[in-house]
Amino acid sequence: MTRNILSEIKKAALVGRGGACFPVHTKWEAVKATKGKIKYLVVNGAEGEPGIYKDGYILENYRKDLILGIKIASDFIKADKIYIYLNLNFFNKYKQSLNREAKKVGLSDKIIFILKPINSGYIAGEETTILNIIEGKEIGPRIRPPFPTCEGLFGKPTLIHNIETLYNVSLVAQERYENKRFYSVNVINKNKGVYFLPSDLSIEEVLVKTNNYPSYDFFVQVGGDADGQVLNMNQLDSCVSGAGSITIHNLRNHNPEKLIKNWLKFFKDNSCGNCTPCREGTYRLYELFEEQGIDMIRDPRVQDLCDNLYLSSFCALGSAVPNAFLSYLKNVYSPCNTCKSCKYD
Amino acid sequence: MIKKEITIKIDNKKYKGFEGESILDIASRNNIFIPSLCHHPDLDIKANCRVCVVEIKGLNKLCTSCSTVACDGMEIYTNSPKVQVSRNTNLKLIFSAHIEKCIDCTSRFDCELLSLARRYSLNIATFKDRKGKRKTYKFSNSVEIDGTQCIDCKNCVDACSNIQKINYLKKDGKGFKQEIKATKDKNIDCIYCGQCTLHCPVASAQEQCDFSEVEKILENRKGKKVIAFFAPSVRVSIGEAFGLPYGYNSSGLITASLKRLGFDEIFDVNFGADITTMVEAEELLERLGDKKAVLPMITSCCPAWVKYVEFYRPDLIPNLTTSRSPQIHLGGIIKTYWANKLNLKGEDIITVSIMPCTAKKHEANRDNLKIDKMKPVDHVLTVRELAFLIKKNGIDFKNLKEEKTNSLANDGSGAAVIYGASGGVMESALRTANSVICFSSKAKICHSRLEFKEVRGMEGVKEASLNLGGKKLNVAVVSGIGNIAGVLDNLDKYQYIEVMACPGGCIGGGGQIIPSSREIVKKRMAGLYVDDKRHKIRKAHENEEVLNVLDYIKNKKMYTKLMHTSYKKSNRGD
Repeated sequence: MTRNILSEIKKAALVGRGGACFPVHTKWEAVKATKGKIKYLVVNGAEGEPGIYKDGYILENYRKDLILGIKIASDFIKADKIYIYLNLNFFNKYKQSLNREAKKVGLSDKIIFILKPINSGYIAGEETTILNIIEGKEIGPRIRPPFPTCEGLFGKPTLIHNIETLYNVSLVAQERYENKRFYSVNVINKNKGVYFLPSDLSIEEVLVKTNNYPSYDFFVQVGGDADGQVLNMNQLDSCVSGAGSITIHNLRNHNPEKLIKNWLKFFKDNSCGNCTPCREGTYRLYELFEEQGIDMIRDPRVQDLCDNLYLSSFCALGSAVPNAFLSYLKNVYSPCNTCKSCKYD
Repeated sequence: MIKKEITIKIDNKKYKGFEGESILDIASRNNIFIPSLCHHPDLDIKANCRVCVVEIKGLNKLCTSCSTVACDGMEIYTNSPKVQVSRNTNLKLIFSAHIEKCIDCTSRFDCELLSLARRYSLNIATFKDRKGKRKTYKFSNSVEIDGTQCIDCKNCVDACSNIQKINYLKKDGKGFKQEIKATKDKNIDCIYCGQCTLHCPVASAQEQCDFSEVEKILENRKGKKVIAFFAPSVRVSIGEAFGLPYGYNSSGLITASLKRLGFDEIFDVNFGADITTMVEAEELLERLGDKKAVLPMITSCCPAWVKYVEFYRPDLIPNLTTSRSPQIHLGGIIKTYWANKLNLKGEDIITVSIMPCTAKKHEANRDNLKIDKMKPVDHVLTVRELAFLIKKNGIDFKNLKEEKTNSLANDGSGAAVIYGASGGVMESALRTANSVICFSSKAKICHSRLEFKEVRGMEGVKEASLNLGGKKLNVAVVSGIGNIAGVLDNLDKYQYIEVMACPGGCIGGGGQIIPSSREIVKKRMAGLYVDDKRHKIRKAHENEEVLNVLDYIKNKKMYTKLMHTSYKKSNRGD
């Protein structure tokens, strides 16, 4: 075991793998620095965004390492309790075996498993919403500040990490960390696999290295099938953002209306309802689509709704709602893409 | 601890503030307008309407000014292009979640949504109305939540849960489908206090209006006399709706405006309050003198508190004073004593009571208050409903010539007017009980005491140990049903308890003028105590007219029927 885990983590430049990429050591220092006898660790295993499978992959293959990471984090902040928050699938599949692993390292007394409420949707993976759920409060995000590191679960300093992040902590502690991350690669609605590769690869490199680079014209959605950026074939030299997924769409064969409809419907149905821009805005975007189809993009209300979602949503999930839709329109969509006999082709 | 001063810039001008203050706090203090809907000074900040967004230099996204703490050197813009897009879009979205029912809406003349639409020149129909099929949930005949008008701010839920601790209203469902409903928990019931209506920014939670019924009656009297009377607290709040200062005593203006609306006679519920004091003080002395009597005696003029006892704590029914409430006393007296003086039948009189309260509507409908099948009070209007009627009829309230109420039942003592404030009922009863005990020479030591300042004020629970005819009397005053728990756990400590379900008492009532807040309630309260001091007669038993009426009622053997009532265990929804 490494002597000074914090400096090792800092040196390894670990970032949160829930999608926000916040530096891990900063969170640890903040929780450590906050006064208080009781502190908590929350493990976020909600993994709910379509297209992302890596936490499930870690739970399936690396439970021992994950528990080690949890133990190290818990020891560091002297956690009073550890809440492992899992979606229904993970809860059913891994609760018992995680508990067995925890027992081996003397942690099981501290661990409380929490099931992500059924039908709670996308928001129930947001960290302050998880705190509300554990406390039995209404399912929805909290105002920040205060940040969970200062005033989190039951008002106590709380460290919240995604499963992959804690797995990485264990790798650092075992001196096995190689600056890699998990990539979920998908071809629309189908997971091709989860790959563990250097985190500084470009999108194109990931596709090539995993033998997933398509032979046809394509575009990708990166960082989640709901709110991830959509990029065309010439924009693949950046790193993979967010929670590390790449989903491939066939440029010539895709149905723009269906794609847009899916995104808009997802957000309309998943908005927690707390704030106006998201609750009403996602509803109106979908309504305008239903009324006008793809022609909605010429309706000035659409840009206002999208701008407003980004500018004034209560939580980051609301702000990210227009990402996919707008980047698709900007980077990919052209009325010609899908019509084979188009005169502009 | 002295808070550190900070300097921020709002729209390129410098302003001072203190560390920890929100941007909205500093802006409002300096008269910089930032719109807000879900923000209410008495509630926790939820920041969910997103209408108060501002731009902070250096940040890409906007911040809600209600929830963002100002920092030294912050540069804030309240009307930048980003703010305009966002604020206007959020308002348009909110307009379309709120079906405009302006014609019958008592908030029509003071509507925040319409005023914002006008201020920013916004099309309120940018999007289609989406809540046309929503239900209206009615709670007794007092309060309703109209789902077609709700903008999802959840102020009602917070008022019900966090202030009143009743937890009756809940959010059901999520996202665009969510709605505010009654809880499914059968052990919880609405007490009709109306705090939800007082905190709703868009009149989705509101009183069940009775004004159109009253309008119809005034249009076609069918040979009946239509009488109006108004509660003590109404006089110090209604002026707010017409730009008069907080706490301004509008008794004369209310009387004049009610006459203009067509009521035949106007009475002051102060008279009823003096009657209530007499009945209640008598009962208190009886109970204190009877070793077998149930103590503590608890006040019952707050119908929301009575509902609380009948539903949650029927075991405390014997503790409630059996005295009727001021509006019921007065209504009963008008339909008997006053009717007799004018050679009228009680049935030929229709009484309309102007109350600061939604639960008074429920009270007026209680069967066991009927006098020979007559309801003492036929219709109850909230202060808001009356203000609406005055505006709707184009009556220039402020500039009316003040008029006096009917002299057969006068406008009461100073002890009556303080009924409107938490602690007032107790103080009035104590003024009278103290004097009665002195005059009856039962007392060993006689303190003729007038003011009982220890029971006044906004505190949730006030306790005092007083001297009543040489004996110690431990009292508690609960202001706001959310503060009841501590007192209920220690009932043995007290002999006399006053409970008002709304914070501050009736001046903070669920039927009061909007906006209402603790700070505003304090100012209304001050107005009542000024009025008390202005009265030559400040004790109920010194009001000769009251004594005459009580004599009349006793002689006619109607005392119990008109003065007392009974309670019974209530089921959910009763």
